Amino acid sequence: MTSPQTAHAMNYEPVIGIEIHVELATNTKMFCGCAVEFGAEPNTNICPVCLGLPGALPVANAQAIEWIMAIGLALNCEVAERSVFHRKNYFYADLPKNYQISQFDIPVCHDGYLDVTVDDSTTRVGIERAHMEEDTGKSTHLGDGGRIHSAESTLLDFNRSGVPLVEIVTRPDIRSAAESRAYAQEVRSLVAELGVSDAKLEEGSIRFDANISIRPDDQAELGTKVEIKNMNSFRSLERAVEYEIARQVEVVEAGGSIVMETRHWDEEAGVTHSMRIKEGSSDYRYFTEPDLVPMLMDEAWVTAIRMGLPELPADRRTRYQSQGLDSELAEVLSAAPTSLRDVYDTAVDSGAEPRSVANWLTGEVTAWLRRSGTDPTEMPLEGSQLTELIAIVDEGLVSSSAAKEVLAGVLEGEGTAVEVAEARDLVQISDTAALEAAVDDVLEANPDAVESYRSGEVKVVGFLVGQVMRATQGKADPKLVNQLLLDKLTG
Amino acid sequence: MSTVRPTDRSETAATAFYTPATMPIEIDIAHVAHLARLDLSQAELDGYKAQLGDILDYATEVQSLEGDPSTESEHPLGLVNVFRPDERRTSLDRDEVLAQAPESQDGFFVVPPALDTE
Amino acid sequence: MTLDALTIAEAGARLRSGKTTSADLLAAVLDRASRTEAQLHAYLTIDRGGASEAAAKADADLADGIDHGPLHGIPVALKDNMCTRGLETTASSQMLAGYLPPYDATVTTRLRDAGAVLIGKTNLDEFAMGSSTENSAYGASFNPWDIGRVPGGSSGGSAAAVAVGSAFGALGSDTGGSIRQPASLTGIVGMKPTYGTVSRYGLIAFASSLDQIGPLTKSVDDAAVMLEAIWGHDPLDSTSYAGEYPDPRSEMGKDLHGLKVGVVKELAGEGYEPAVEEAVAGMVQRLAGEGAEVVEVSLPTFDIAMSAYYLIAPAEASANLARFDGIRYGHRAEGATTEALMARTRAEGFGPEVIRRILLGTYALSAGYYDAFYGQAQKVRAAVREDLARTYERVDVLVSPTSPTVAFVAGERVDDPLAMYLSDICTIPMNLSGDPGISVPIGLDHQNLPIGFHVMAPSLGEPVLFRVAAEVERLAAFTARPVLEEVAV
Repeated sequence: MTSPQTAHAMNYEPVIGIEIHVELATNTKMFCGCAVEFGAEPNTNICPVCLGLPGALPVANAQAIEWIMAIGLALNCEVAERSVFHRKNYFYADLPKNYQISQFDIPVCHDGYLDVTVDDSTTRVGIERAHMEEDTGKSTHLGDGGRIHSAESTLLDFNRSGVPLVEIVTRPDIRSAAESRAYAQEVRSLVAELGVSDAKLEEGSIRFDANISIRPDDQAELGTKVEIKNMNSFRSLERAVEYEIARQVEVVEAGGSIVMETRHWDEEAGVTHSMRIKEGSSDYRYFTEPDLVPMLMDEAWVTAIRMGLPELPADRRTRYQSQGLDSELAEVLSAAPTSLRDVYDTAVDSGAEPRSVANWLTGEVTAWLRRSGTDPTEMPLEGSQLTELIAIVDEGLVSSSAAKEVLAGVLEGEGTAVEVAEARDLVQISDTAALEAAVDDVLEANPDAVESYRSGEVKVVGFLVGQVMRATQGKADPKLVNQLLLDKLTG
Repeated sequence: MSTVRPTDRSETAATAFYTPATMPIEIDIAHVAHLARLDLSQAELDGYKAQLGDILDYATEVQSLEGDPSTESEHPLGLVNVFRPDERRTSLDRDEVLAQAPESQDGFFVVPPALDTE
Repeated sequence: MTLDALTIAEAGARLRSGKTTSADLLAAVLDRASRTEAQLHAYLTIDRGGASEAAAKADADLADGIDHGPLHGIPVALKDNMCTRGLETTASSQMLAGYLPPYDATVTTRLRDAGAVLIGKTNLDEFAMGSSTENSAYGASFNPWDIGRVPGGSSGGSAAAVAVGSAFGALGSDTGGSIRQPASLTGIVGMKPTYGTVSRYGLIAFASSLDQIGPLTKSVDDAAVMLEAIWGHDPLDSTSYAGEYPDPRSEMGKDLHGLKVGVVKELAGEGYEPAVEEAVAGMVQRLAGEGAEVVEVSLPTFDIAMSAYYLIAPAEASANLARFDGIRYGHRAEGATTEALMARTRAEGFGPEVIRRILLGTYALSAGYYDAFYGQAQKVRAAVREDLARTYERVDVLVSPTSPTVAFVAGERVDDPLAMYLSDICTIPMNLSGDPGISVPIGLDHQNLPIGFHVMAPSLGEPVLFRVAAEVERLAAFTARPVLEEVAV
């Protein structure tokens, strides 16, 4: 098979749109008071509403509506002034009412964008819409290894039925598998940041579908699109998109044409295969959900939600870079736990140098947390302590190597940086008078070295510094020792 | 059921409002039955198609009203923004629910395998 | 007068004066049922055990000085499309044969809380789709005034039970006239409240934007009593009104001076039986004689309201009834795949009228036809509302016959859906608008068949609706009861 990169470079441009479904981490389902809970015993979080019992009626969860508004605002979307639910009609065993309460022509959020960076090149991915809907139940196909094709019977669990889902649909603005992955990761970190979803791919709380077409580089109109389903990790999304682009190129190169269809990503085999669904044969007969009333999202409400938004990853990275962090460090710190970022902010606010703070936090502090098995939310370090530590290193009170030990002491609750440095006897000897005696002792004890220096072998001074450091048990300020030795040797 | 005894009056009532339209209405009844998941025989389909044709002929009078079609209707009392707080309510007892199911196993509802073409 | 002939108000008065007990009242209606069910088939289920317990409880409570209000100890019936926990609820469909809901509808709970004794579940057209109660998978109901005729529908079982005295009152549901038309055809009072005032939670949906639960009773006062017990905000129904509810009795007993009554021009003429038109015209004259200012009003959209209704209701129904698929409850057919099982289950479980409406609604919503049918119908619906709003600037209430004809002969319209649909022509506009309407019996035709008078008011206009209805009732002084040859079962 032709490698996708080669084909792309040669003749074809892939055009990709992605649909992401985000399960919201509300306490209860979208339209009823059943718990949203992963891994519960089958059919224990069910009620007349989410089971589609005759006579049951939906009532929308206020929290879910506020959260989709937050997601939309974070995606730079417009929030509709008025939005309505529709019924999407199709029959499926895991869809209890055989219609899904979803949104059609007036979604809660529309027309936004998200910037995605791959290899220092940033692409603006247009967001067409973000709409609210309910999840389906779960089918387990019993039979040959759980394979859908040869199942003998299907077990249905409706615990997931009715869990709030936000569907985010991009415009066909994505041009590569890597961008697809970067976009999906960015959305994931965004919803995690907002705290509106568990954002766990392995539990299915984020799921993606990709619409892929290819077109010759010189062609303006879009090619026939194929929908790919069943990618359950960022890696499988990237692989599936890559595979599908290559497959389409191969079909076209061989003189064939692309069929509009839905294809299933087979993770093990690393291929997509047709689900034999003909697009266009589905007719969802959308109509306004008569059991629900319209939603009006007035300016005051939207503003309140906007005010409540946390700083989003993209904005944060920009801020870090403006504070002097390079893009890599900004990225790493931005992805660090909130408690570390809070320490960064207080330390920088109290005047510490941002790069040093970020390096300490992403380096030693993170390593200590990992080593000691401390949960980042129980972070014992305060910004002021880190500021102090950096200051005493700058002032030469402790050496950079001793500073790591000071940090450990601080993290272990032994006191402030200065207190730890003193208690652990890590303060550098910066007093000239105190050091002169030690320097004199070393010169006296090493006449050969002095002779060598004077005969032009200047690098021997390093040996002498080492001797002084040893004599002072490492507490001497090496710069000062060096200066004193040079003064005496050349004096 | 008792004998059917049509009277003149009720026949008048039954037909007075009905004026057949001139254009026949196109109905792919098999497709409609498939969308509605109704497994009907050809004879049944033919019968329903004829009845639907009559009703739709009559119903085309809704097209006499000018202007763009509307897609939704407001609640008569103008209700908007009806939400519930994100608070739990007691779920149903699984045994009571599954007792109503035609087939269940180990706490699950059971159905034959799905065709993966739909 | 036998106990079963009493109104709710009369029965309540006897209970409180100690002249009778709830157990006696229950025994009276059950006795009446046992003598009339063979001819009428008003009930699908009679819950003797549950009803006896409830009656005993009501009597004990009253003895202890606990009085839940005007429905305390009164035996009433529920249409079988309202869920009753643990008591079979079928909506008259084979699809739900043996179905025991795991929860109570809100109206069920409210009746229980009001101290009412629930006798059982009444027959209806399958899923409330019909106007004669002939479309029941468990057999038709008949009219106590002439058992060769239909009791109307779809709440025909509730209507027949109240008319014959096998319930003091009953709840029905009205999607296009399904409370008012059977009330008219059986000589009782039937009232459809303002949309959103009575919770639909637990009502097996036919058409969600049109369905409304309401009372069928022997008197206008009883209708107000039952309405007060069941209406009010329900957080389980998003369409439930949360504002202030008027007191439906606040204007009852006031005379008609200064009241403007509009006679709807479009709800008369061709297709209306002369006896019906004469009786209605006579009542209109008497209302004028009582001081009402009567004017003829024209609402041109009423002419096309029925067409809109027969697109909107089936469209909603096609989705509402999609859940009946043989998986979680109800009937299941054999099928090698889920797909086959669902399609066979639905073809077997639904009767012909239900299938017809599902097909019609599916068609009206499908790609290529949506705008021409469903979209246009919604536009007509909006126009009906505008027409009404404009008219209510000039009048306080509207009046018309409840149905163009008296009870028709059983079987006569079964094979002619359009003819059947036309019996709801006067009532449908109130479902499209959401406004309240009531049917009050005003007399009998030459065949001894009841004629109903239809009063309509703007949304939340229940006080004026009951005021006019009470006057109509007083003026009509309709006291006839059906003479049914009782047959012991």
